[in-house]
Amino acid sequence: MPTKTVPVPQSIFEKSSPGRIGCNIPVCDTPEVDIALAVGETRDDLHLPEIGELDLLRHFTNLSHINYGIETGFYPLGSCTMKYNPKINEKTAGLPGFANIHPMQPVETIPGALEILIGVQEMLGEITGFDHITLQPLAGAHGEMACLMLIKAYFEAKGEGTQRHTVLVPDSAHGTNPASAARCGYDVKSIPTDADGNTDLKALAEALEGEKGQAVAALMLTNPSTLGLFEPNIEKVCEMIHAVGGQVFCDGANMNAMLGTTRPGDHGFDCMHLNLHKTFSTPHGGGGPGCGAIGLQKHLEPHLPVPVIRRNESGEVIADYTRPHSIGRISAFYGQFLMEVRAYTYLRAFGKEKMADISRHAVLNANYVRARLKDVLPPAHDRPCMHECILTAEKYKKEHGVRALDISKRLIDYGYHPPTNYFPLIVPECLMIEPTETESKETLDAFCDAMIAICKEAETNPDLLHDAPTTQVVGRLDETKAVKDLDVRWTFEPKEVAAAR
Amino acid sequence: MPYIPHTEADRQAMLATIGAESIDELFREIPQNLRIAPGSLNIPPALDEYRLYGHMAEIAKKNVNLQDVTCFLGAGIYDRYIPATVGAIISRGEFLTAYTPYQPELSQGYLQTIYEFQTMVAELYGMDIANASMYDGSTSMAEAAILAHGLNGRTKIMVSGAVHPHYRQVLDTYCWSMSLTVETLSTPNGMTDLSAVGSESACVIVQYPNFFGGIEDLAAARKVADDTGAMLIVVADPVACALLKSPGAYGADIVVGEGQPMGVAMGLGGPMVGLFACKKDLVRRIPGRIVGRTEDHNGTPGYVMTLRTREQDIRREKATSNICTNEALMALAATIYMEALGKNGMRQVAESSVRNTQYAIKALVDAGAKIRYSGKVFGEFVLDLGKNAVEVRDSLLKKGILAGLPLGHYYPDMDNCLLVAVTEIRSKAEIDQFAAELATALK
Amino acid sequence: MSNIPADLKYTKTHEWVRLEGDVATIGITDFAQSELGDVVFVELPNVGRALTAGDTFGSVESVKTVSDVYAPITGEVIESNEALGAQSELINSDPYGKGFMMKLRVNPADVEGLMSADDYKAVTG
Repeated sequence: MPTKTVPVPQSIFEKSSPGRIGCNIPVCDTPEVDIALAVGETRDDLHLPEIGELDLLRHFTNLSHINYGIETGFYPLGSCTMKYNPKINEKTAGLPGFANIHPMQPVETIPGALEILIGVQEMLGEITGFDHITLQPLAGAHGEMACLMLIKAYFEAKGEGTQRHTVLVPDSAHGTNPASAARCGYDVKSIPTDADGNTDLKALAEALEGEKGQAVAALMLTNPSTLGLFEPNIEKVCEMIHAVGGQVFCDGANMNAMLGTTRPGDHGFDCMHLNLHKTFSTPHGGGGPGCGAIGLQKHLEPHLPVPVIRRNESGEVIADYTRPHSIGRISAFYGQFLMEVRAYTYLRAFGKEKMADISRHAVLNANYVRARLKDVLPPAHDRPCMHECILTAEKYKKEHGVRALDISKRLIDYGYHPPTNYFPLIVPECLMIEPTETESKETLDAFCDAMIAICKEAETNPDLLHDAPTTQVVGRLDETKAVKDLDVRWTFEPKEVAAAR
Repeated sequence: MPYIPHTEADRQAMLATIGAESIDELFREIPQNLRIAPGSLNIPPALDEYRLYGHMAEIAKKNVNLQDVTCFLGAGIYDRYIPATVGAIISRGEFLTAYTPYQPELSQGYLQTIYEFQTMVAELYGMDIANASMYDGSTSMAEAAILAHGLNGRTKIMVSGAVHPHYRQVLDTYCWSMSLTVETLSTPNGMTDLSAVGSESACVIVQYPNFFGGIEDLAAARKVADDTGAMLIVVADPVACALLKSPGAYGADIVVGEGQPMGVAMGLGGPMVGLFACKKDLVRRIPGRIVGRTEDHNGTPGYVMTLRTREQDIRREKATSNICTNEALMALAATIYMEALGKNGMRQVAESSVRNTQYAIKALVDAGAKIRYSGKVFGEFVLDLGKNAVEVRDSLLKKGILAGLPLGHYYPDMDNCLLVAVTEIRSKAEIDQFAAELATALK
Repeated sequence: MSNIPADLKYTKTHEWVRLEGDVATIGITDFAQSELGDVVFVELPNVGRALTAGDTFGSVESVKTVSDVYAPITGEVIESNEALGAQSELINSDPYGKGFMMKLRVNPADVEGLMSADDYKAVTG
């Protein structure tokens, strides 16, 4: 039996002891004042842990040992682009001239910050083929929402605001697409995918017929699709939407497949969002900060959120707030600035010469994994994939009662983070593997060997998979209990109980 | 390129396994007319790591950073001390480079920190529960207003004029896109006049302490909410809440705020960390992630993301929000901060801010400025300078003092007003220096 | 094989109906509960609500998924199964009994249009 490597850590609340402190905090040298007189009612009911500095550090260091990051090992999580996050990015983002500036200090005192913002905007504009870029969105979903807001403002300005109330979303789309559309007040209509994994053009044509077409505000399309496939009819799809007066949004989750190779702005899209935390290597940080950016064509430009960072007639960079047709502010300040610093660093590390190497090796790696695994886990579609491959474990479910999730959990015992499971929803027992360009052939070979071994185990000893993982600090957790006996915070002992003890 | 480890031999071997002649062949499904040649983008050339760092350092130097000036600027983002432990821990690769903890067996470390974060945010705000964090304070506030609308079906959002102006602008944008109306409550004497809140109001939003530093009467706000059936949403500074009676103790339904003052670098305002706490009965309507404690089949306690069916990846267009990230890394920074300072440290930081603020008020009034509003304040206050505040701010900046935020841009009758923040890190000498320079500037 | 009592009526969307006089008791089928897995939350309609056949009247949630449930016939809600608030697992353990979701006052003739047990069996096959 594999053994667990570390004991289950106590919560910080159990380690707390009254009177301890974990930080040598600044000493106050102004005269004492009567606090109640200054601020009114104060409290004496606050519970926070009290712990010394070394024990604080051990607490988190031990927790880090039971957490898996890209720097721990291979992380083939499909649609998440878990590439290496270069250390130089962290170093540049830590420069005091970036980290230690206040968003409301006079704009004249932050020319370097504006230089970063315009630099990222200009490079992303060239890479994606869009006329304008804004870095205001705080995450990918926020960028999607911002794009839909731009489209909404565009139609309102044209007097078609109420008429165009529908947003079309393929059935393979990320859940954020319909959720963002609903958040902007749109009705969502699903469009099927055809047998080859492309948008079903016949169904799309039907959805655009007559009156229905006049109600369409936008199509939200992921390209390459969530099936890891490039939409070969992309120009045709955009033409069909434009013919009825609608707009086409590109979900840029999969931009890593296109860097330096093809530009969505040339495909016919009106706007797109980018995830700088996927494609441009800013760290995922355990589920955030995300970092959104959006690209758009000229006709949507008047509606850009403020501030608009742009060059004026003499080429100086300004933060423009005088924007009568703007949708307004979508976040409090300048977006995820320190993430933009990281993205800028990354873009300049690759530069003109090497940018295409990213997409080329991302696609090479995905096709290599696909080829090595195709005999045990058949691809959902018989076409070359882009930056990720979608495999199905359906036969193991039918023949051995082993599900995609069981394969994933067994991978943990082999030391890997699992791929994405059960997405896209339209592929049964789906495993979505995105190796990214930063993984070596040796890493991919070792991973593929593990996958092949696990598929063998599924046939010979399926319980190994059902019971996995057994090597971690916890096994599979009872998620039903988590919902039914909801425990989302530590409960401190009531004072009476503590006093009686 | 060190980020791409492939050798030419690797590429050839991999292509052979795939059965392709070249990498180009793998892109064959992209129509030829849409492809561009590698190296043809019009962007600057690549820089090696040494030159790249030098280039970035040059750009960074062009900004006036707060190590070079003494900062009395706050307005929602505060120059507080960040313990050395914060940077040491959040830069660990196991945290920094992890994804969302969808695989709980590999993510117990992060999940536990989020559980601790939720606990302490709820504690500071005096609320039953908190989520795993939001993008920032402004979007957290907008989400709270939308939750209120979803709950009671009312479409009018009442927001105090003493709520951060940028937050109100974000609220306007969100509400426009959902066809909700926003009405601003007036603020005579720097405190919110609640009389316009009525039976059509979905919620009333006040800030605590408010944008001018004033301590709003939350008991009165609670009463208005009860009388009208509106929800009470409070935007609260978590550091102030270590000292002041908590919004939860006054009966707030939802408390949101910006977590930046707890260990997060200012970074021109991003990334930040939005806080979101509420009463227990709203739990199924909370936007964003929530981590819960449960156990595995052996009874070993562990943590998972829970109440997942609220979220976009499951409920799609019917989700409580389109949000699919939290600001986990910044929430981790805040968690470390709260645990490092603990109950007494956070209280001490809050009390030091009050002491410094009281001293600064006296010193700056002695220097010739007037206090605009007479009410109680926490760590920030409005000065009436008797002359244009932008000019005064600019002249003090030349003396190495970032004096605060001129308010004329946001409030048309406040051209002479300056919002001044004094955190726990300001010294008596720095405040005296500010007062001396202000006296000169006002002459 | 899932349990499909012969004396009930069914819908394509996996609701069942038991008619007694002009009162129709409605829940989700054994097949539906087994597909969902452990039910952790149930959303129910308010008493007095008028429902038209096909309306969404609530939802059933497991840990990983949530399904809307649809009124099989037109009628007025006269009872919501409050017991499911604390014990949603009744839907798993006793879908046709204590795990019912609501009772509607209906026009009994409307029930005739629904599927028989045999027809429903074909749907789940």
